[in-house]
Amino acid sequence: MKQFDYVRPATVTEAVAAAAQPGAVFLAAGTNLLDLMKGGVSRPDRLVDVTHLDGLDGIETLADGSLRIGALVRNADLAHDAEFARSYPAVAEALLSGASAQLRNAATVGGNLLQRTRCAYFYDTASRCNKRAPGSGCDARDGENRSHAVLGWSESCIATHPSDFCVPLVALDAIVEIEGRGGRREIALVELHRLPGDAPDRESVLEPGDLIVAVRLPPAARGFAAHARYLKVRERTSYAFAVVSAAAALRIENGRIAEARLALGGVAAKPWRARAAEDVLKGVAPIADAFQKAARRALEGAKPSGDNAFKIELARRIVVRALTLAAAGTPARIPALPASPFASTSGALHV
Amino acid sequence: MNHSISLTVNGARRDFVLDDPRVTLLDLLRERLHLTGTKKGCDRGQCGACTILVDGKRINSCLALAVSHDGADILTIEGLARGDQLHPVQAAFIAHDGFQCGFCTPGQIMSAIGMIGEGQAGNDPERVRECMSGNLCRCGAYVGIVDAVLDAQGQMDRTNQRRSA
Repeated sequence: MKQFDYVRPATVTEAVAAAAQPGAVFLAAGTNLLDLMKGGVSRPDRLVDVTHLDGLDGIETLADGSLRIGALVRNADLAHDAEFARSYPAVAEALLSGASAQLRNAATVGGNLLQRTRCAYFYDTASRCNKRAPGSGCDARDGENRSHAVLGWSESCIATHPSDFCVPLVALDAIVEIEGRGGRREIALVELHRLPGDAPDRESVLEPGDLIVAVRLPPAARGFAAHARYLKVRERTSYAFAVVSAAAALRIENGRIAEARLALGGVAAKPWRARAAEDVLKGVAPIADAFQKAARRALEGAKPSGDNAFKIELARRIVVRALTLAAAGTPARIPALPASPFASTSGALHV
Repeated sequence: MNHSISLTVNGARRDFVLDDPRVTLLDLLRERLHLTGTKKGCDRGQCGACTILVDGKRINSCLALAVSHDGADILTIEGLARGDQLHPVQAAFIAHDGFQCGFCTPGQIMSAIGMIGEGQAGNDPERVRECMSGNLCRCGAYVGIVDAVLDAQGQMDRTNQRRSA
């Protein structure tokens, strides 16, 4: 690991100023960053430790019914907050389907949003990677790429964003609060991550020094609690990233879908909101035909980036199954294997 | 630049001057305190052999910078037994053959104690397997490990009930 300077700012303002310097990065739990630094993938000159900052680890309901989650809240603490899990069950299920219990105890909300891709060529410093070394090329294009992107990719980069947490969050219109050199601003989470285009090294719209201080769920996000699921296909039962995942949330009134929310994970360089599929579902009965039509719409424009054509059909099936499970109703308790299509208690139907 | 930190390790306060901020909690425990029960397996957060409790919660000590954990309360495998009296989870691993080579065992035991404290698994073996998926055992002693965790959890629950009765 390259040598670095360690600084521990006392305030958010100091943290922003310290991290705005070239070569500086924020350190939260470090569960992704330290791994990257050990491998020589990330080589920061300065770590700005934000874990001791006050006021960033609360979960609070605001007067308008929004929920504000501090950026330093640990993934496990959020998922196991009973009120949170009741109100936003798909988000809790997504959190519990990610990583391991040890990592969830450490990893933070803000860090989860900004974790890096798990593309093996990004991690291997002997490989060409436009994300790690701009202009060097992309060895994933002709390499082992069955897990890579099928939506929004470019010739420069076919990596995916690995977060589970972000998938239901974008479906529920989450907002990111950012403290930067120009003060406080906020953006929709769906606007945070960039598609690769010809600059895959620019992964988000954040500017130097920008610190995510909170994630907010708007009041309407609670309206889906009765019919919300996250479903995730992995290459082993637990402790693995998604090959494909989907968050489905429905508001059902008088036997019809009043409003649908749908997002996909593991398919693109960002959590993928499928608004066209949501439109298909509005006002119709929650039945298989409608779900299949929505699934086709959700994957319109998808194309393989390598040996991963199977992911397109897999994603359609996961969309159908996630919608089917959501329509059946949120389970009283998160299944033993969260988000697993193979869990004995998931009630999953093969489609 | 040197960084001074204080930790509580297995109940005792320890002060350190770090001349390098790259030191992880794992390396601090092993190299400075010679508490080598906490194992370095993958050193990348994938195997769980380095699991310790920090402020009561299980984490991977290989991915935790010591300098960032100033003031933390740390429990390692060396802090469990009281003389010859083993912690219930340690005793259960022996009773149920929850290991073969033993390399992953300290991490498994610390993770199990963390898991029992989290209170999410109950006596459902499937939930125990899921909650312990961050600890790999290359010998494949998982059947004994799950039995040991369930048994120890039951004993600890009964002890707590007696205490509160």
